[in-house]
Amino acid sequence: MLKVRIIPTLLWKGPGLVKGVAFDSWRRVGTVLPAVKVYNLREVDELIILDITAGMENRPPDFESVAEFSQECFVPLTVGGGITSLSDIKNLLRSGADKVAINTAAFETPDLVDQAAHHFGSQCIVASLDAKAENGRYYCYSACGTRPTGKEVTHQAKEMEKRGAGEILITSIQQDGAMQGYDLNLIRCVSAAVSIPVIASGGAGCFEDFYQAVHAGGASALAAASMFHFTEQTPLGAKQYLQSKGIMVRNANMIPA
Amino acid sequence: MSATLIIDYGLGNLQSVKRAFEECGAAAFISDDPRDVKTASHLVLPGVGSFRDGMEQLNQSGWTQAILREVLQEQIPLLGICLGMQLLGEVGYEGGETRGLGLIPGQVKKLEPESPETRIPHVGWNEVYPVEDAPLFADVADGTDFYFVHSYHFITKNRECIMSTTPYCGNFISAVMQQNVFGVQFHPEKSQKSGFRVIRNFLAIH
Repeated sequence: MLKVRIIPTLLWKGPGLVKGVAFDSWRRVGTVLPAVKVYNLREVDELIILDITAGMENRPPDFESVAEFSQECFVPLTVGGGITSLSDIKNLLRSGADKVAINTAAFETPDLVDQAAHHFGSQCIVASLDAKAENGRYYCYSACGTRPTGKEVTHQAKEMEKRGAGEILITSIQQDGAMQGYDLNLIRCVSAAVSIPVIASGGAGCFEDFYQAVHAGGASALAAASMFHFTEQTPLGAKQYLQSKGIMVRNANMIPA
Repeated sequence: MSATLIIDYGLGNLQSVKRAFEECGAAAFISDDPRDVKTASHLVLPGVGSFRDGMEQLNQSGWTQAILREVLQEQIPLLGICLGMQLLGEVGYEGGETRGLGLIPGQVKKLEPESPETRIPHVGWNEVYPVEDAPLFADVADGTDFYFVHSYHFITKNRECIMSTTPYCGNFISAVMQQNVFGVQFHPEKSQKSGFRVIRNFLAIH
Protein backbone atom coordinates (compact mmCIF):
# COMPACT_ATOMS: atom_id res chain seq x y z
CA MET A 1 0.00 0.00 0.00
CA LEU A 2 1.15 3.52 -0.79
CA LYS A 3 2.26 5.28 2.40
CA VAL A 4 1.40 8.77 3.58
CA ARG A 5 4.56 10.85 3.37
CA ILE A 6 5.95 13.18 6.01
CA ILE A 7 7.91 15.98 4.35
CA PRO A 8 9.93 18.61 6.20
CA THR A 9 10.01 21.88 4.27
CA LEU A 10 13.17 23.99 4.30
CA LEU A 11 12.81 27.63 3.36
CA TRP A 12 16.05 28.97 2.12
CA LYS A 13 16.86 32.69 2.06
CA GLY A 14 20.33 33.94 1.18
CA PRO A 15 22.84 31.90 3.14
CA GLY A 16 20.42 30.67 5.75
CA LEU A 17 17.39 28.66 6.55
CA VAL A 18 14.39 30.66 7.72
CA LYS A 19 10.84 30.23 8.89
CA GLY A 20 8.18 32.92 9.02
CA VAL A 21 4.59 33.42 10.01
CA ALA A 22 2.05 34.00 7.24
CA PHE A 23 4.89 34.43 4.72
CA ASP A 24 6.38 37.26 6.79
CA SER A 25 8.62 38.01 9.80
CA TRP A 26 11.26 35.51 8.80
CA ARG A 27 13.37 34.02 11.59
CA ARG A 28 16.70 32.41 10.95
CA VAL A 29 16.67 28.80 12.01
CA GLY A 30 20.09 27.63 10.87
CA THR A 31 21.70 26.71 7.60
CA VAL A 32 20.47 24.36 4.92
CA LEU A 33 23.19 21.74 4.61
CA PRO A 34 23.24 20.55 8.25
CA ALA A 35 19.45 20.38 8.19
CA VAL A 36 19.54 18.21 5.07
CA LYS A 37 22.04 15.90 6.77
CA VAL A 38 19.94 15.58 9.91
CA TYR A 39 16.72 14.87 8.01
CA ASN A 40 18.56 12.32 5.87
CA LEU A 41 19.77 10.53 9.00
CA ARG A 42 16.26 10.62 10.42
CA GLU A 43 15.01 8.90 7.27
CA VAL A 44 12.29 11.37 6.42
CA ASP A 45 10.18 10.37 3.42
CA GLU A 46 11.06 13.34 1.27
CA LEU A 47 12.39 16.90 1.54
CA ILE A 48 11.18 20.16 0.01
CA ILE A 49 13.63 23.04 -0.30
CA LEU A 50 12.21 26.37 -1.43
CA ASP A 51 14.46 29.29 -2.30
CA ILE A 52 12.09 32.07 -1.25
CA THR A 53 14.09 35.02 -2.56
CA ALA A 54 15.12 33.81 -6.03
CA GLY A 55 11.85 34.94 -7.57
CA MET A 56 11.78 38.30 -5.82
CA GLU A 57 15.36 39.00 -6.82
CA ASN A 58 14.65 37.95 -10.40
CA ARG A 59 17.50 35.49 -10.43
CA PRO A 60 17.61 31.86 -11.49
CA PRO A 61 17.80 29.04 -8.94
CA ASP A 62 21.18 28.60 -7.25
CA PHE A 63 22.20 25.37 -8.96
CA GLU A 64 25.54 25.09 -7.19
CA SER A 65 23.98 25.12 -3.75
CA VAL A 66 21.33 22.61 -4.83
CA ALA A 67 24.10 20.32 -6.05
CA GLU A 68 25.78 20.67 -2.66
CA PHE A 69 22.55 19.84 -0.77
CA SER A 70 21.77 16.86 -2.96
CA GLN A 71 25.16 15.35 -2.25
CA GLU A 72 23.96 14.74 1.31
CA CYS A 73 20.40 13.82 0.47
CA PHE A 74 19.46 10.21 -0.22
CA VAL A 75 15.76 10.85 0.02
CA PRO A 76 13.67 12.44 -2.72
CA LEU A 77 14.27 16.15 -3.01
CA THR A 78 11.85 18.72 -4.41
CA VAL A 79 13.35 22.13 -5.17
CA GLY A 80 11.45 25.33 -5.88
CA GLY A 81 12.02 29.05 -6.25
CA GLY A 82 13.03 31.17 -9.23
CA ILE A 83 12.13 28.66 -11.95
CA THR A 84 11.17 30.44 -15.18
CA SER A 85 12.35 28.16 -18.00
CA LEU A 86 12.88 24.60 -19.18
CA SER A 87 16.61 25.03 -18.83
CA ASP A 88 16.16 26.01 -15.15
CA ILE A 89 14.32 22.72 -14.63
CA LYS A 90 16.88 20.71 -16.57
CA ASN A 91 19.71 22.25 -14.52
CA LEU A 92 17.93 21.62 -11.22
CA LEU A 93 17.37 17.98 -12.14
CA ARG A 94 21.00 17.69 -13.16
CA SER A 95 22.01 19.27 -9.86
CA GLY A 96 20.27 16.50 -7.97
CA ALA A 97 16.67 17.64 -7.57
CA ASP A 98 14.19 14.82 -8.15
CA LYS A 99 11.20 17.10 -8.59
CA VAL A 100 10.75 20.82 -9.10
CA ALA A 101 8.08 23.06 -7.59
CA ILE A 102 6.71 25.76 -9.88
CA ASN A 103 4.65 28.60 -8.44
CA THR A 104 4.91 32.14 -9.88
CA ALA A 105 5.87 31.00 -13.40
CA ALA A 106 2.74 28.84 -13.55
CA PHE A 107 0.67 32.06 -13.44
CA GLU A 108 2.88 34.19 -15.65
CA THR A 109 3.78 31.61 -18.31
CA PRO A 110 1.43 28.65 -17.76
CA ASP A 111 2.66 26.95 -20.94
CA LEU A 112 5.88 26.23 -19.07
CA VAL A 113 4.00 23.61 -17.05
CA ASP A 114 2.79 21.85 -20.22
CA GLN A 115 6.24 21.91 -21.76
CA ALA A 116 7.95 20.78 -18.57
CA ALA A 117 5.53 17.88 -18.10
CA HIS A 118 5.93 16.89 -21.73
CA HIS A 119 9.71 16.99 -21.63
CA PHE A 120 10.58 15.80 -18.12
CA GLY A 121 7.40 13.85 -17.31
CA SER A 122 4.51 14.86 -15.07
CA GLN A 123 6.01 12.96 -12.17
CA CYS A 124 8.68 15.56 -11.54
CA ILE A 125 6.53 18.68 -11.86
CA VAL A 126 4.96 19.90 -8.62
CA ALA A 127 2.53 22.81 -8.90
CA SER A 128 2.90 24.91 -5.77
CA LEU A 129 -0.14 26.99 -4.87
CA ASP A 130 -0.19 29.56 -2.06
CA ALA A 131 -3.76 30.43 -1.10
CA LYS A 132 -5.62 32.93 1.07
CA ALA A 133 -9.23 32.73 2.18
CA GLU A 134 -11.23 35.78 1.10
CA ASN A 135 -15.00 36.10 1.50
CA GLY A 136 -15.45 32.37 1.82
CA ARG A 137 -13.38 31.47 -1.23
CA TYR A 138 -9.70 30.71 -1.68
CA TYR A 139 -7.51 32.68 -4.05
CA CYS A 140 -3.95 32.02 -5.21
CA TYR A 141 -1.10 34.41 -4.60
CA SER A 142 2.19 34.27 -6.45
CA ALA A 143 5.62 35.80 -5.77
CA CYS A 144 5.94 34.37 -2.28
CA GLY A 145 2.44 35.42 -1.27
CA THR A 146 2.81 39.05 -2.35
CA ARG A 147 0.97 39.14 -5.67
CA PRO A 148 -2.76 38.46 -6.00
CA THR A 149 -3.49 36.40 -9.10
CA GLY A 150 -7.27 36.54 -8.93
CA LYS A 151 -7.34 32.76 -9.58
CA GLU A 152 -9.62 30.69 -7.42
CA VAL A 153 -7.64 27.80 -5.95
CA THR A 154 -9.64 24.76 -7.13
CA HIS A 155 -9.80 26.28 -10.60
CA GLN A 156 -6.04 26.73 -10.63
CA ALA A 157 -5.40 23.25 -9.22
CA LYS A 158 -7.51 21.70 -11.99
CA GLU A 159 -5.74 23.77 -14.59
CA MET A 160 -2.34 22.62 -13.28
CA GLU A 161 -3.46 19.00 -13.42
CA LYS A 162 -4.72 19.46 -16.95
CA ARG A 163 -1.45 21.05 -18.01
CA GLY A 164 0.45 18.04 -16.70
CA ALA A 165 1.56 18.75 -13.14
CA GLY A 166 2.06 15.51 -11.21
CA GLU A 167 1.39 16.83 -7.71
CA ILE A 168 -0.10 19.87 -5.98
CA LEU A 169 1.64 21.46 -2.99
CA ILE A 170 -1.10 23.53 -1.35
CA THR A 171 -0.04 26.07 1.26
CA SER A 172 -2.38 28.21 3.34
CA ILE A 173 -0.76 31.62 3.65
CA GLN A 174 -2.86 32.53 6.69
CA GLN A 175 -2.09 29.32 8.58
CA ASP A 176 1.59 29.28 7.62
CA GLY A 177 3.87 29.28 10.65
CA ALA A 178 0.99 29.62 13.11
CA MET A 179 1.10 25.97 14.16
CA GLN A 180 -2.66 26.06 14.71
CA GLY A 181 -3.44 23.29 12.24
CA TYR A 182 -3.80 23.06 8.48
CA ASP A 183 -6.71 24.81 6.77
CA LEU A 184 -8.62 21.54 6.38
CA ASN A 185 -11.29 23.08 4.23
CA LEU A 186 -8.65 24.30 1.78
CA ILE A 187 -6.92 20.89 1.68
CA ARG A 188 -10.26 19.15 1.17
CA CYS A 189 -11.30 21.50 -1.65
CA VAL A 190 -8.06 20.93 -3.52
CA SER A 191 -7.82 17.18 -3.03
CA ALA A 192 -11.43 16.80 -4.16
CA ALA A 193 -10.78 18.90 -7.26
CA VAL A 194 -7.90 16.85 -8.66
CA SER A 195 -6.88 13.20 -9.00
CA ILE A 196 -3.15 13.78 -8.64
CA PRO A 197 -1.52 13.60 -5.17
CA VAL A 198 -1.92 16.62 -2.90
CA ILE A 199 0.70 17.71 -0.34
CA ALA A 200 -0.84 19.64 2.56
CA SER A 201 1.22 22.59 3.79
CA GLY A 202 0.90 25.53 6.14
CA GLY A 203 -0.07 25.34 9.78
CA ALA A 204 0.89 21.93 11.16
CA GLY A 205 1.56 22.27 14.89
CA CYS A 206 1.00 18.79 16.26
CA PHE A 207 0.61 15.19 15.10
CA GLU A 208 -3.17 15.37 15.27
CA ASP A 209 -3.02 18.08 12.56
CA PHE A 210 -1.27 15.56 10.31
CA TYR A 211 -3.95 12.98 11.00
CA GLN A 212 -6.73 15.44 10.23
CA ALA A 213 -5.13 16.52 6.93
CA VAL A 214 -5.24 12.89 5.76
CA HIS A 215 -8.48 11.83 7.40
CA ALA A 216 -10.57 14.96 6.81
CA GLY A 217 -8.53 16.67 4.10
CA GLY A 218 -7.69 13.73 1.83
CA ALA A 219 -3.99 14.69 1.62
CA SER A 220 -1.45 12.20 0.23
CA ALA A 221 1.48 13.84 1.95
CA LEU A 222 2.12 16.21 4.85
CA ALA A 223 4.58 19.07 4.73
CA ALA A 224 5.67 20.92 7.86
CA ALA A 225 8.41 23.35 8.83
CA SER A 226 7.81 25.26 12.09
CA MET A 227 6.72 22.17 13.92
CA PHE A 228 10.01 20.45 13.20
CA HIS A 229 12.13 23.61 13.67
CA PHE A 230 10.57 24.95 16.87
CA THR A 231 9.18 22.00 18.77
CA GLU A 232 10.50 18.68 20.01
CA GLN A 233 8.18 16.80 17.67
CA THR A 234 10.02 14.74 15.05
CA PRO A 235 9.03 13.12 11.75
CA LEU A 236 9.49 9.74 13.42
CA GLY A 237 7.12 10.70 16.22
CA ALA A 238 4.61 11.81 13.60
CA LYS A 239 4.79 8.41 11.95
CA GLN A 240 4.26 6.58 15.21
CA TYR A 241 1.21 8.72 15.90
CA LEU A 242 -0.27 8.22 12.42
CA GLN A 243 0.37 4.50 12.64
CA SER A 244 -1.45 4.34 15.97
CA LYS A 245 -4.44 5.98 14.26
CA GLY A 246 -4.46 3.40 11.47
CA ILE A 247 -2.74 5.45 8.77
CA MET A 248 -0.06 3.58 6.85
CA VAL A 249 3.41 5.12 6.98
CA ARG A 250 6.76 3.97 5.68
CA ASN A 251 8.55 1.23 7.57
CA ALA A 252 5.62 0.92 9.92
CA ASN A 253 6.80 -2.56 10.87
CA MET A 254 10.15 -1.17 11.97
CA ILE A 255 8.74 1.63 14.09
CA PRO A 256 7.77 0.59 17.62
CA ALA A 257 4.17 1.62 18.20
CA MET B 1 39.18 -2.15 -13.63
CA SER B 2 35.63 -2.08 -12.49
CA ALA B 3 33.69 1.10 -13.09
CA THR B 4 30.00 1.90 -13.23
CA LEU B 5 29.00 4.07 -16.17
CA ILE B 6 25.93 6.21 -15.64
CA ILE B 7 24.49 6.96 -19.04
CA ASP B 8 23.91 10.65 -19.69
CA TYR B 9 21.42 11.04 -22.52
CA GLY B 10 20.15 14.45 -21.50
CA LEU B 11 17.47 13.28 -19.08
CA GLY B 12 17.70 12.08 -15.53
CA ASN B 13 18.81 12.77 -11.99
CA LEU B 14 22.37 11.82 -12.71
CA GLN B 15 24.12 13.26 -9.67
CA SER B 16 21.83 11.47 -7.22
CA VAL B 17 22.47 8.17 -8.96
CA LYS B 18 26.24 8.74 -9.03
CA ARG B 19 26.33 9.68 -5.33
CA ALA B 20 24.33 6.63 -4.31
CA PHE B 21 26.57 4.28 -6.31
CA GLU B 22 29.63 5.87 -4.72
CA GLU B 23 28.11 5.39 -1.27
CA CYS B 24 27.79 1.73 -2.20
CA GLY B 25 31.47 1.49 -3.02
CA ALA B 26 31.37 1.80 -6.79
CA ALA B 27 33.74 3.86 -8.91
CA ALA B 28 30.93 5.63 -10.75
CA PHE B 29 31.19 8.10 -13.60
CA ILE B 30 28.70 9.97 -15.74
CA SER B 31 29.31 9.96 -19.47
CA ASP B 32 27.56 11.29 -22.55
CA ASP B 33 29.98 9.49 -24.88
CA PRO B 34 28.83 6.01 -25.97
CA ARG B 35 32.44 5.04 -26.68
CA ASP B 36 33.05 4.99 -22.90
CA VAL B 37 31.07 1.76 -22.55
CA LYS B 38 34.32 -0.04 -23.29
CA THR B 39 35.73 1.05 -19.92
CA ALA B 40 32.69 0.04 -17.87
CA SER B 41 32.00 -3.10 -15.87
CA HIS B 42 28.39 -2.04 -15.12
CA LEU B 43 25.94 0.20 -16.96
CA VAL B 44 23.18 2.27 -15.37
CA LEU B 45 20.39 3.80 -17.42
CA PRO B 46 18.68 6.37 -15.19
CA GLY B 47 15.72 8.37 -16.35
CA VAL B 48 13.26 11.10 -15.71
CA GLY B 49 11.02 12.08 -18.57
CA SER B 50 8.80 10.64 -21.24
CA PHE B 51 9.36 7.38 -23.12
CA ARG B 52 9.38 9.06 -26.51
CA ASP B 53 11.89 11.76 -25.52
CA GLY B 54 14.07 9.17 -23.83
CA MET B 55 14.27 6.91 -26.88
CA GLU B 56 14.84 9.84 -29.23
CA GLN B 57 17.78 10.98 -27.14
CA LEU B 58 19.24 7.46 -26.91
CA ASN B 59 18.90 6.93 -30.65
CA GLN B 60 20.27 10.31 -31.69
CA SER B 61 23.29 10.16 -29.41
CA GLY B 62 24.35 6.69 -30.51
CA TRP B 63 23.70 5.16 -27.10
CA THR B 64 21.13 2.65 -28.35
CA GLN B 65 23.64 0.76 -30.48
CA ALA B 66 26.37 0.96 -27.84
CA ILE B 67 24.09 -0.34 -25.09
CA LEU B 68 22.74 -3.21 -27.20
CA ARG B 69 26.21 -4.27 -28.24
CA GLU B 70 27.72 -4.24 -24.75
CA VAL B 71 24.75 -5.87 -23.08
CA LEU B 72 24.00 -8.56 -25.67
CA GLN B 73 27.48 -9.40 -26.90
CA GLU B 74 29.73 -8.52 -23.97
CA GLN B 75 27.16 -9.51 -21.32
CA ILE B 76 27.79 -6.36 -19.26
CA PRO B 77 25.21 -6.02 -16.44
CA LEU B 78 22.75 -3.17 -17.04
CA LEU B 79 20.38 -1.57 -14.53
CA GLY B 80 17.54 0.62 -15.76
CA ILE B 81 15.97 2.92 -13.19
CA CYS B 82 12.42 4.34 -13.48
CA LEU B 83 12.12 5.53 -17.10
CA GLY B 84 15.38 3.64 -17.67
CA MET B 85 13.58 0.42 -16.75
CA GLN B 86 10.67 1.24 -19.03
CA LEU B 87 12.99 1.90 -21.98
CA LEU B 88 14.19 -1.73 -21.72
CA GLY B 89 10.80 -2.80 -23.08
CA GLU B 90 9.79 -3.33 -26.70
CA VAL B 91 7.28 -0.52 -26.98
CA GLY B 92 6.04 2.44 -24.94
CA TYR B 93 2.94 4.60 -25.27
CA GLU B 94 3.98 7.76 -23.43
CA GLY B 95 4.14 10.62 -25.94
CA GLY B 96 2.87 8.31 -28.72
CA GLU B 97 3.72 4.71 -29.64
CA THR B 98 7.51 4.39 -29.58
CA ARG B 99 9.86 1.45 -30.01
CA GLY B 100 12.04 0.79 -26.96
CA LEU B 101 15.41 -0.91 -26.54
CA GLY B 102 13.73 -4.32 -26.69
CA LEU B 103 16.04 -5.91 -24.12
CA ILE B 104 13.13 -7.28 -22.11
CA PRO B 105 9.88 -8.41 -23.75
CA GLY B 106 7.05 -6.13 -22.74
CA GLN B 107 5.16 -2.90 -23.16
CA VAL B 108 4.88 0.28 -21.14
CA LYS B 109 1.41 1.67 -20.52
CA LYS B 110 -0.26 4.21 -18.26
CA LEU B 111 -1.33 3.06 -14.79
CA GLU B 112 -5.09 2.57 -14.58
CA PRO B 113 -6.69 3.74 -11.33
CA GLU B 114 -8.38 0.85 -9.51
CA SER B 115 -10.80 3.15 -7.69
CA PRO B 116 -11.82 6.83 -7.82
CA GLU B 117 -9.52 7.44 -4.83
CA THR B 118 -6.43 6.09 -6.58
CA ARG B 119 -4.18 8.99 -7.47
CA ILE B 120 -1.89 8.96 -10.50
CA PRO B 121 1.11 9.55 -10.62
CA HIS B 122 2.00 6.89 -8.10
CA VAL B 123 4.21 8.99 -5.81
CA GLY B 124 5.80 7.90 -2.57
CA TRP B 125 6.92 4.85 -0.63
CA ASN B 126 5.30 1.55 -1.44
CA GLU B 127 5.97 -2.11 -0.83
CA VAL B 128 8.02 -4.35 -3.10
CA TYR B 129 7.39 -8.11 -3.19
CA PRO B 130 10.25 -9.88 -4.98
CA VAL B 131 9.93 -13.28 -6.62
CA GLU B 132 11.89 -16.09 -5.03
CA ASP B 133 15.67 -15.77 -5.38
CA ALA B 134 15.37 -12.42 -7.17
CA PRO B 135 19.00 -11.43 -7.80
CA LEU B 136 18.71 -7.76 -6.82
CA PHE B 137 16.65 -8.41 -3.69
CA ALA B 138 19.00 -10.64 -1.72
CA ASP B 139 18.72 -9.62 1.95
CA VAL B 140 15.71 -7.40 1.23
CA ALA B 141 12.64 -8.43 3.21
CA ASP B 142 9.31 -8.99 1.44
CA GLY B 143 7.22 -5.86 1.60
CA THR B 144 10.11 -3.43 2.07
CA ASP B 145 9.18 0.14 1.07
CA PHE B 146 10.92 1.80 -1.87
CA TYR B 147 10.39 5.25 -3.35
CA PHE B 148 8.33 5.49 -6.54
CA VAL B 149 7.35 8.38 -8.77
CA HIS B 150 5.80 7.39 -12.10
CA SER B 151 2.59 7.27 -14.16
CA TYR B 152 3.47 4.42 -16.51
CA HIS B 153 4.26 0.78 -15.79
CA PHE B 154 5.87 -2.24 -17.41
CA ILE B 155 3.64 -5.07 -18.66
CA THR B 156 5.02 -8.42 -19.77
CA LYS B 157 3.58 -11.81 -20.61
CA ASN B 158 6.90 -13.49 -19.84
CA ARG B 159 6.53 -14.41 -16.20
CA GLU B 160 10.20 -15.28 -15.85
CA CYS B 161 11.04 -11.62 -16.54
CA ILE B 162 9.13 -10.38 -13.48
CA MET B 163 11.47 -9.70 -10.53
CA SER B 164 8.99 -8.00 -8.20
CA THR B 165 5.49 -6.58 -7.90
CA THR B 166 3.99 -3.70 -5.92
CA PRO B 167 0.41 -3.34 -4.62
CA TYR B 168 -1.01 -0.36 -6.52
CA CYS B 169 -3.42 -0.26 -9.46
CA GLY B 170 -3.84 -4.02 -9.12
CA ASN B 171 -0.23 -5.10 -8.46
CA PHE B 172 2.05 -3.65 -11.10
CA ILE B 173 5.48 -5.03 -12.03
CA SER B 174 8.04 -3.03 -10.06
CA ALA B 175 11.21 -4.79 -11.23
CA VAL B 176 12.15 -6.87 -14.28
CA MET B 177 15.08 -9.04 -15.30
CA GLN B 178 16.45 -11.10 -18.13
CA GLN B 179 19.93 -12.57 -17.85
CA ASN B 180 22.28 -9.59 -17.31
CA VAL B 181 19.58 -6.93 -17.79
CA PHE B 182 17.69 -5.55 -14.80
CA GLY B 183 15.16 -2.80 -14.32
CA VAL B 184 13.57 -1.23 -11.27
CA GLN B 185 10.59 1.10 -11.39
CA PHE B 186 11.44 2.61 -8.01
CA HIS B 187 14.43 4.82 -7.26
CA PRO B 188 17.07 2.81 -5.37
CA GLU B 189 19.22 5.96 -5.18
CA LYS B 190 16.44 7.64 -3.17
CA SER B 191 15.33 4.68 -1.09
CA GLN B 192 18.06 4.93 1.53
CA LYS B 193 19.30 1.68 3.10
CA SER B 194 16.97 -0.62 1.17
CA GLY B 195 17.90 1.11 -2.07
CA PHE B 196 21.60 0.81 -1.30
CA ARG B 197 21.11 -2.92 -0.71
CA VAL B 198 19.67 -3.27 -4.22
CA ILE B 199 22.55 -1.26 -5.69
CA ARG B 200 25.13 -3.42 -3.88
CA ASN B 201 23.41 -6.55 -5.14
CA PHE B 202 23.61 -5.18 -8.67
CA LEU B 203 27.30 -4.31 -8.26
CA ALA B 204 27.97 -7.87 -7.09
CA ILE B 205 26.82 -9.23 -10.46
CA HIS B 206 29.61 -9.76 -12.99
